Amino acid sequence: MRFLTISGPPSSGKTSVILRVIEALQTRQQKIGVVKFDCLLTDDDKLYAKKGVLVKKGLSGALCPDHYFVSNIESCVTWGHENGCEYLISESAGLCNRCSPHIKEITAVCVIDNLSGINTPKKIGPMLKSADIVVITKGDIVSQAEREVFASRVRQVNPGAIIMNVNGITGQGAFELTSLFEDASDIETLKGKVLRFSMPSALCSYCLGETRIGEEHQTGNIRKMDLQEGSA
Amino acid sequence: MKATTLLSQPLTETLVEHPYIEDFMTSFGLVIKPDSNSLQHYLDHLDPDALEDLGISSEQLRQSLDSFLAGMLALSDPMDKVESLTIVGGVDKSGKAENLQLTLKPGEVICIVGPTGSGKSRLLADIEWVAQGDTPTKRKILINDQVPDSKWRFSTEHKLVAQLSQNMNFVMDLSAEEFIRMHAESRLVTDPEAKVAQILLQANELAGETFAPDTPVTSLSGGQSRALMIADMAILSKSPIALIDEIENAGIDRKKALELLVQEEKIILMATHDPILALMGDRRVVIKNGGIEKIIESSEAERKNLVTLEALDNKLLALRNRIRTGDTLENL
Repeated sequence: MRFLTISGPPSSGKTSVILRVIEALQTRQQKIGVVKFDCLLTDDDKLYAKKGVLVKKGLSGALCPDHYFVSNIESCVTWGHENGCEYLISESAGLCNRCSPHIKEITAVCVIDNLSGINTPKKIGPMLKSADIVVITKGDIVSQAEREVFASRVRQVNPGAIIMNVNGITGQGAFELTSLFEDASDIETLKGKVLRFSMPSALCSYCLGETRIGEEHQTGNIRKMDLQEGSA
Repeated sequence: MKATTLLSQPLTETLVEHPYIEDFMTSFGLVIKPDSNSLQHYLDHLDPDALEDLGISSEQLRQSLDSFLAGMLALSDPMDKVESLTIVGGVDKSGKAENLQLTLKPGEVICIVGPTGSGKSRLLADIEWVAQGDTPTKRKILINDQVPDSKWRFSTEHKLVAQLSQNMNFVMDLSAEEFIRMHAESRLVTDPEAKVAQILLQANELAGETFAPDTPVTSLSGGQSRALMIADMAILSKSPIALIDEIENAGIDRKKALELLVQEEKIILMATHDPILALMGDRRVVIKNGGIEKIIESSEAERKNLVTLEALDNKLLALRNRIRTGDTLENL
């Protein structure tokens, strides 16, 4: 089973890109599974189900979404494998920009859009910087030169990645992206695999449900801003 | 410049010779200052905890820097010369064979015509992807009569194709001058300031209404944006093939625009239904049902009619200017 992790900032077009890829894979009679991770609510599972692919959704609710992802992904992969999927795609949004669902030796895709601003590539952490494939969407809305400038900013923070423009609405570029999916990591289980980068740690009183503000309520892993004059 | 010298000489020299290294470090949230230490020393002494906060390991940073430098150094390599582009026919949407082989040379202009949805964009996409029978049309693209290296597909440094799409919107909050400078810098051109000035000058010659360098790109008119992007493509792009998705007939001198691109010795493929642009082309590829139905050579008679068409066009343009300046059209 080919397995890929797809991530990207909210509303960057992850679901649209995956749907266009699914259409291209289905013309080759491939059995596809999708696991959609979100926080509070998603209806994207219905969009996937409409395409006739196997779909599971996981809502992290009150938990950190990426920690939730990593605690569940192994069983999701087993689920995909047992159901005879030829392709399994996990979709998750990177909400704090420091987390990343990408796993070593598993093809990692990051979706980012042209409208997100010229400084966005450098603001996104390992989710973008350690991806194997970077898909840039919404290219139809801007000029060629602007697409190039944006792509060069992406290349600056992830020079080793394959960078592709895909239009999630018309599907332009989706066929080409799909041909890269054919070379994705082929696995049966995630046993023994490790994340490409550690997740941000959060182990303080607020993780455990504290709501009161003030020094006396803060315990655990706490870090303070330096507000002294002259410091950044 | 060898990568080893780059790593071992003092940063005072390295950062002046390769200013983009500072941009690279900044984009990872790191600060690098020109001092007597080497880049190697700088990398060896980064604080691992600080790196973890930034979401990168020292090993990954080193890997990224290596590929970044390799890419930047490759930008100054000369581009492989493209002497010809050949489209080897595939099949149309019903599976009927196209049975053709079409070879294009630098300086040639080929127009692509056909109704919406007929497959014009797919033909342009096949060329951009350097298709090898692996797209729905099964077409093959040859460069210099040979199956090209697949590096063309993903190379961002040496793109085979520069595309000028119909959409000319901008979302970046920059002036025309800043925007073109940023584009020139991303291409690592020599003497970017001169190139920027040249592009702005050309764009103003093409545009119906002139604009100042400090005009925000978001407030350029449709014609001004198109003029700016065509001048940018002609002067900045090293890509030997230009794909153009229609040059709209408003606020821009289309004939001059096309001449500017041809002058740069590019192979030009243009999807258009504009009679003047179509007749300026050497050949017209007619697309029907996803396939190339036929190829029309622009004939002598057609070329003669071009003069008439241009006179008509100029007449309309003059009327447009009269409307713009508040004149009436009671007497044509």
